[in-house]
Amino acid sequence: MELTTFWFAVIAFLWTGFFVLEGFDFGVGMLLPVLSRDEADRKQVLGTIGPVWDGNEVWLISAVGAMFAAFPAWYAGFLSEFYLPIVLVLVGLIVRGVGLEWRGKVHHASDRTWCDLGITAGSALPAFLWGAVFADLLHDSALAALIGGVFSLTLCLLHGAVFVALKTSGPVRARARRTAMAVSAAALPAGVVALSGIPATGTAVAEWGASPWLWGCALAAMAALAAGTALTWRGRDGWAFTATASSVALTGAAVFSALWPAPLPGLTVAEAASGPYTLGVLTWIGLIALPFVVGYQTWSYWVFRRRLVAEPS
Amino acid sequence: MEALDLARWQFGVTTVYHFLFVPLTIGLGVFVAGLQTAWHRTGSEHYLRLTKFFGKLFLINFAMGVVTGIVQEFQFGMNWSEYSVFVGDVFGAPLALEALLAFFLESTFLGLWIFGWDKLPKRVHLATIWAAVIGSNLSAYFILAANAWMKHPVGYEVTGGPGGGRARMTDLWAVLTNSTALAQVPHVVAAAFIVAGGFVLAVCGYNIRKERRADPDRTVPLRRGAADMWRTPMRAALVMTAIAGAVVAGSGDLSGKLLHEQQPMKLAAAEGLDRDTAGAAFSPVPGIEVPMLLSLLATNDPDAVVRGTEDLQAEFAERFGPGDYRPNVPVVYASFRVMITFGLATVALSVLGLWLTRRRRPVPGWFARACLLALPLPTIAMIAGWLLSEIGRQPWTVQGELLTAASVSPGVSLTEVAVSLAVFTLLYGLLAVAEAVLLVRHVKAGPEPAAPSEPAPPVSGDGTTAAVLQPTLMY
Repeated sequence: MELTTFWFAVIAFLWTGFFVLEGFDFGVGMLLPVLSRDEADRKQVLGTIGPVWDGNEVWLISAVGAMFAAFPAWYAGFLSEFYLPIVLVLVGLIVRGVGLEWRGKVHHASDRTWCDLGITAGSALPAFLWGAVFADLLHDSALAALIGGVFSLTLCLLHGAVFVALKTSGPVRARARRTAMAVSAAALPAGVVALSGIPATGTAVAEWGASPWLWGCALAAMAALAAGTALTWRGRDGWAFTATASSVALTGAAVFSALWPAPLPGLTVAEAASGPYTLGVLTWIGLIALPFVVGYQTWSYWVFRRRLVAEPS
Repeated sequence: MEALDLARWQFGVTTVYHFLFVPLTIGLGVFVAGLQTAWHRTGSEHYLRLTKFFGKLFLINFAMGVVTGIVQEFQFGMNWSEYSVFVGDVFGAPLALEALLAFFLESTFLGLWIFGWDKLPKRVHLATIWAAVIGSNLSAYFILAANAWMKHPVGYEVTGGPGGGRARMTDLWAVLTNSTALAQVPHVVAAAFIVAGGFVLAVCGYNIRKERRADPDRTVPLRRGAADMWRTPMRAALVMTAIAGAVVAGSGDLSGKLLHEQQPMKLAAAEGLDRDTAGAAFSPVPGIEVPMLLSLLATNDPDAVVRGTEDLQAEFAERFGPGDYRPNVPVVYASFRVMITFGLATVALSVLGLWLTRRRRPVPGWFARACLLALPLPTIAMIAGWLLSEIGRQPWTVQGELLTAASVSPGVSLTEVAVSLAVFTLLYGLLAVAEAVLLVRHVKAGPEPAAPSEPAPPVSGDGTTAAVLQPTLMY
């Protein structure tokens, strides 16, 4: 495999990893007011993502950094093209990050409410906007952007609800399961519409439009979404989370496959790519470092693997 | 008013703002790790309380450093797409390495540190904070290497014609060991330790004064070696600041010599020197001139010629075509002096403090009060240093290769940049107030009292669940 193809795949992997990981903590952030009745509940809900959300966000930083290094023209064209949505994404990530870090350190309940507002709004903004941006990139239509945004928002909500169900116990878990069922009523139809649009059109060259691989990814993503709902209903939290995570991953695979080989209108991967020296040296460093990164991040999930119980009040 | 001007303002505002938090992340992180190491080795409750107290201040600040840093990563592509396309092959690599090698380390292990107090063995828990601060310092190295490349590009070649040119990296090692980077990294990182040391000094000074005011009759005697909550961290911060001061001075001197070779225009602007001058004088404050000092600082030779802005302008116009190649001289000149004066004042304060508190002497009340100055002084020096460094590089983004005017995104409108500048400035302003209030409240509240006994975390019967909350550092 030539290096440009390899690096496109790496970037697709990093973006997809970001959506799978930060997808659930966007969902948890948005569902904070829905899943909790009191401060103990809120601590329990946010405790599920507390140790890991910042590490999850680095997947985005890595994806964007890798785009800058490997495909400068893609990085520059993408970010300047979607200027205002990206500004809003950044605003969301800022207020959310600050809210998550500060809510345990403020002294008044009213300040905590501000933090919670930042967490919820700051999770909803990027969850909607990333879907809208990528859908707009594929279809160049406002309606498609809206559908894509609604799908990524509801998918994050579902993914987050399933994650809370997996990581908590007691009333919060029961609420998370009910919420997951309710959200899936919106996520499933949005998913069917958004996902079936991916193989049909796009900036991708024509022959990919008819590709069985794209249809395979899209249909598998829908199936995983449905399976996630069914498994939540059956109370199989771990498998349900596996299913929603797969659905996010397969959606990412479909989107980036559709973007190949022209990730921006009129710009092919080959035109956007850095030189072979840069790609080569980054490949070596990446291949050596990435196993360690995945290793210690997995270890951190292992350390915090237990379900959280509510703090006795 | 053009999009270019607003884009420059936005870069200036967001970057200076980001760098209010970065030095504390770099320096205070190491300080907290040091305190926890001291607790680990001595078992003294005192160090644990200090670790948690300064740890909380560190985390309040860390959040701001992280979220404002994300903006930086996106901003190049948003506002400076021509720059990004030109340099991405070279400049993008250290940014990607920063994310992969430094940010993952920092954020993952900091999460483990914050939430791992009762989940990890003590020794492993101590290692997590060290891993996180190594990540922070490593990220400083990569981003400063990228920045140094803009001032002194090495390890690359330019391919493609005018307008479609691209810098192509030919040697990553050369980029990472750029002489400019090797001078700049210790300079900026040590300056970060001074800012962090100054922050700790101010916090300790405030608390010492508070304790003394609460106890005017000296029921706790101020004698040599008296037990004192704040004397230890103050001494540690004094040592840190003094050592970092020596590193800053040495690397600053080296940077001056590199400026002479690599960015003579910046050096000329920093001194306000119009014409090429042999035996150039240096004026530490306007009005006072030390003969031949600038030549000596720039070259080790008091008689050497230091270039002047007007002569360089003529030379550059000949080499690069018509245009104004001079930076904003008054700003660069003033920044240089503010950096040196305020930076040296902080280091002098720390050396004075070390002498005053030598051999277990108590901290004099007036010195505790003077320590409050250690908060603003090095921060202002740091900002001035960045203004000198980045405004002094103008009109280039990449010295000698790419002009700032040619770097801006062509497709982004004035309105778009204006909106984002307004949004970020407003949001950053609000968050700055919130952060300041939060820090002040925590400093005033002081450390948690020594826990008589840690409440045992409730463990449910089957052992597969965990309590949500641990004391002090949790949500």
